[in-house]
Order: sequence, then C-alpha cells, then structure tokens
Amino acid sequence: MAGMILQVQEVSKKFGGLQALLDVSFDLSEGQILGLIGPNGAGKTTLFNVINGVFPPSSGQVIFRGEKITGLPSYEVARRGLARAHQVVRPLNDLTVLENVMVGACFGRERHSLGRAASLAEQALAQVGLADRAPRLAGGLNVAQKKRLELARALAARPYLLLLDEVLAGLNPSEIASMMETIREIRGQGYSILMIEHVMQAVMSISDQIIVLDYGQLIATGSPQEVAGNPQVIEAYLGDPEMTARLLAE
Amino acid sequence: MNPFRQSGLWPSFLLVFLVGLVVLALRQDTLRETAFTGLMFIGLASSLNIIMGYTGYVNFGHIVFFGMGGYFGFYLLSEFGWPLYLAALAGGVMAMAIAFIIGAAVLRLRGAYFALATIGVNQAAGAFVSNFEPFGGSIGLSINFSAYDRYGGAGQALWLSFILLWVVTLAVLVVSYLVKRSRFGLGLIAIREDEDTAMVMGVKAPRDKTKAFLLSAFFPGLIGTLYFFKNGNVQPDDAFNFQMSLEVLVMVMLGGNGTLLGPVLGAFCYEKLRDYLLTSVFFKDLQLATTGLILLLIVLFVPGGGVGWLRKRFPELRKWLE
Repeated sequence: MAGMILQVQEVSKKFGGLQALLDVSFDLSEGQILGLIGPNGAGKTTLFNVINGVFPPSSGQVIFRGEKITGLPSYEVARRGLARAHQVVRPLNDLTVLENVMVGACFGRERHSLGRAASLAEQALAQVGLADRAPRLAGGLNVAQKKRLELARALAARPYLLLLDEVLAGLNPSEIASMMETIREIRGQGYSILMIEHVMQAVMSISDQIIVLDYGQLIATGSPQEVAGNPQVIEAYLGDPEMTARLLAE
Repeated sequence: MNPFRQSGLWPSFLLVFLVGLVVLALRQDTLRETAFTGLMFIGLASSLNIIMGYTGYVNFGHIVFFGMGGYFGFYLLSEFGWPLYLAALAGGVMAMAIAFIIGAAVLRLRGAYFALATIGVNQAAGAFVSNFEPFGGSIGLSINFSAYDRYGGAGQALWLSFILLWVVTLAVLVVSYLVKRSRFGLGLIAIREDEDTAMVMGVKAPRDKTKAFLLSAFFPGLIGTLYFFKNGNVQPDDAFNFQMSLEVLVMVMLGGNGTLLGPVLGAFCYEKLRDYLLTSVFFKDLQLATTGLILLLIVLFVPGGGVGWLRKRFPELRKWLE
C-alpha cells in the first residue's frame, strides 16, 4: 500500500499461557503521529518489542516500508530505519552523553563513521536540548535528561520511523510541555512516529490517529476525538461506561 | 581523525618499548627471562581485555588459547620443522579457529553463565590434550634441539623468541588501542553497557562479539608458541593452567578493566607482588589466597582498577590514560 510506512497485520504474541497480543492490525501512514494508548498491562510495550524485533510474534506480519521484517533481529530492524526510545531509560552509563548518541548514528540506518557520527550526535543533542551535557557521563543525567538522551539517540540514527515508549512519563508539567514541543519539531522534519503515552492530554493533542489496546486486543481506532468518545475505551480505562457518564455529568 | 595523533597509546607503548630496549642493550640472560614473563603477561592481559574489558564478557578460559595455539605451533615447529615465525602465526590462527568454535557455543550466554561456561572450557581443553596422542598425551612434546640450529644455536634462539615476543606485545597494544578508538570498539563498549539496547540501536552484537573474541584469541596463540619454543617443551599442565587464567584476569582487574594502560600496569604490579609473595616466608603458601583476596577487594572497592581510579580522580589525565 502506497504511503504506508508501517503495517501490522494480525499480530499475536503468547508468553506461555498468557495471550499478550491477539490479532492486532493497524497501519501508519508516512509523516503521521500514531498514538498507542491503553491501560497498564494491555500489551503496548510487547507490541513495540514485536515491531522492532526484540522478539518475534507468535503469528502475524510486520511490514516496514513495503518489506516484511517479521522475526528479524533488532539490529537488522534498526538498520532498515526504525529507531526506538525506551520507556525505562537505558543509557550506556559508562559512555559520555555524546558517545551514547554516536552509537545511534554509527549503527543506525546510515551507519556513519566515527567522525561524521560525532557531528550528527551533536546536532541531535542540540535538537533535544542536551548539547551542554555532551561531554558528561550518561549515568549522571537526571530522569528528564535521560529521556531526552533516549530521544537523541533514536534521532541520530536518522530513522524513517520513531517508536517512542512513554517519553513523557515521569516528567513534570513544564518538562512535558517542552518535550511536546521537541516532538512537534521532529514531526515537522518529516519523521513518522508511533508513540505509547499515558499522559492523555498530550497524546490526544499531538497524535493524528489513535489506537487503543486492551488485554492484548485493539478495541478502537480513529481520530483523537472519536477515540475519546468511544464507550469501549472509556470502559477499559474507567470500568462501567454508564457510571462514568454519570460521574462526568455531575 | 588520526588515532595515532592522540596520546592515549603512548604511555603503554613506550613503557613496553623501553623495557625491550633495556633488555636488548644489557644482554643479560636472567633479565631477559624476567622480562619474557613480564611481556608475556602484558600480552595475555591486554588481549583478554579486548573481550573482557571492552565487550564485557568475563573469560576464565583465556589461557586455553595460549595452550591450544601454543601446542599447535610447537607441534608444527618441532615435528614438521616449520620456521618459528610461521609456526607462531599458525598457532595464532589455530587459537582463532578454536575461539570460533567455543564462541559459537558459549557467546550466546551472558554474564555469570558465560563466565561459568569458560571455566568448563578450560578444564575440557586440558583433559582433551592430555589424551590426544599426536600432542604427546599427558607427557607433552619436547623440541628436537636441531630446531634451534637454524637460528644459530639455543642461545640465539632464546634471544630471537624474546624479540618476537616484544614485537607481538607491542602489536597487541596497537591493535587494542585501534579497536578502542574505532566504530567497532564503540559497538563493543555499547554491548558491554547493555547488549539488548545496543542491538536495538543497530549493533550487530552476535557478529561483533565473535570478532572481538577471535581477536582476543589470536595473540595468546602467538605468545604460547613463542613461550613453549623458548622452554623447549610443552605439557598439558603448563599449557592449561587454570591458575594462570585467574592470574591474567586479576591483572586486568588490578590495572583497570577496559583501559589500555591498565592490563600493562596490572601485569607489571601483579608480577612484582607474586615474586614477593612466593619468596616471603609468611606468604609463600598463601599466594593464591592472597590473589583471591586482591580480586575481591578490587571488585568491591575499586571496580575500575588502578587506571580507572586515576581517571576518575584526575580527569585532566584522561587523554593520557586511555
């Protein structure tokens, strides 16, 4: 399909007796931000792991830019232009901030030499507002800075698609606002983004489309407004929809 | 970026270079023997550092490459009359081939499991060679003294093996430095810090750590051949001495895991310390216990080793203490 950067087709994943994902299908068009929401334990991070090859799905297909990438190891997926920022920040602690980001540039889609990677890494750090931390050890950053480091590392790989796993979690309101600004700028440069987010107001305002996962199944797809009004979604988050409606009316 | 213009290589390189020069200038046999052992351990520790320090895979079986490569090279030169240079190279290549096979089996393991498996490999290699008839079984092999004639007699041959070891040790340092300053090395260090994240960022970890493992195996194979050539014989107990594996590991930790200068200083200091322990009345039976205690103290209190500690304490020295 033209214009589709990512197609996920009937992906299921079972861990022993636990059905973590069941027949999940969705498409992401080029240049869009797709928000992935759902209650805790719904399978969002598992879905990311399947997409970027941390583990293969039990069944189903993942198609990235027209190519089947199902079951490829994560480094092969990265080289095809898919980069990820983790929910639990995972800086390479004994490397400097700059070196961390250089790993992304050296081994991502464009596989740069060290010298070129250093200048790309500086650009990426400037873009996320960490330029002044470049020579420090990554282990010494605070949480908000580590989140930005994750983002810079993913950006330095110059991917076609960014997977952002809760990059706003753990940030205070002003940090959230400035991170949102950064993400909008990134989208402005033509990146496609798939983001998991719990901060509802943020994800609703920034996404073009939203998909909702509950107990491993996709329960709603649509624009932010459509999804917000969907009774199934409200039930997944709050329990009984009628009760919710009453509460909201009060 | 020309990596040689930066200064991190020079302290280690010059140190080893000067030691060799002094020995060659003084031409004393006892000094040469002491220096031979010292250079050998520097070479072994620095090559272990490539897989253990850079890549984060703690290998208790490093001495297997020394033993296997050394046995193979020795076999070629004593049984088939290969020249020392070629036999040593063949020993290195053999060690790489063995690393490839071992790596395919154990490099998929991580952390403690990898370390445990390498202890097993160490024991298995010794048991195998003890029962392998072409290598002389448990008795080992002795050199045919005519093999020394082509180098102008035994005396000259010993000097030749020293000079070759000196060159090999310098080569280990240069290679180790180039790896550290390369894109490949950045990938290895990323694997050390967090292998899964490194892979998500595109580092081809299974391939890269295999390469690092092969590289770290090549030099012990060379060194083993030179060492056994110098000794004139090779036995399973000398070639697969688990205690030696441990000592090389302690040297790396003592000097600074993952640094270039660390294994050099670690080997030097450990040698001095062992000499003292073995000759002191009180410690002579407690030498290994003391080694264990040192390892424990380093891991607990100075995980970066001597050089790591200096780098932390005096950041301005960093460009010299690579």
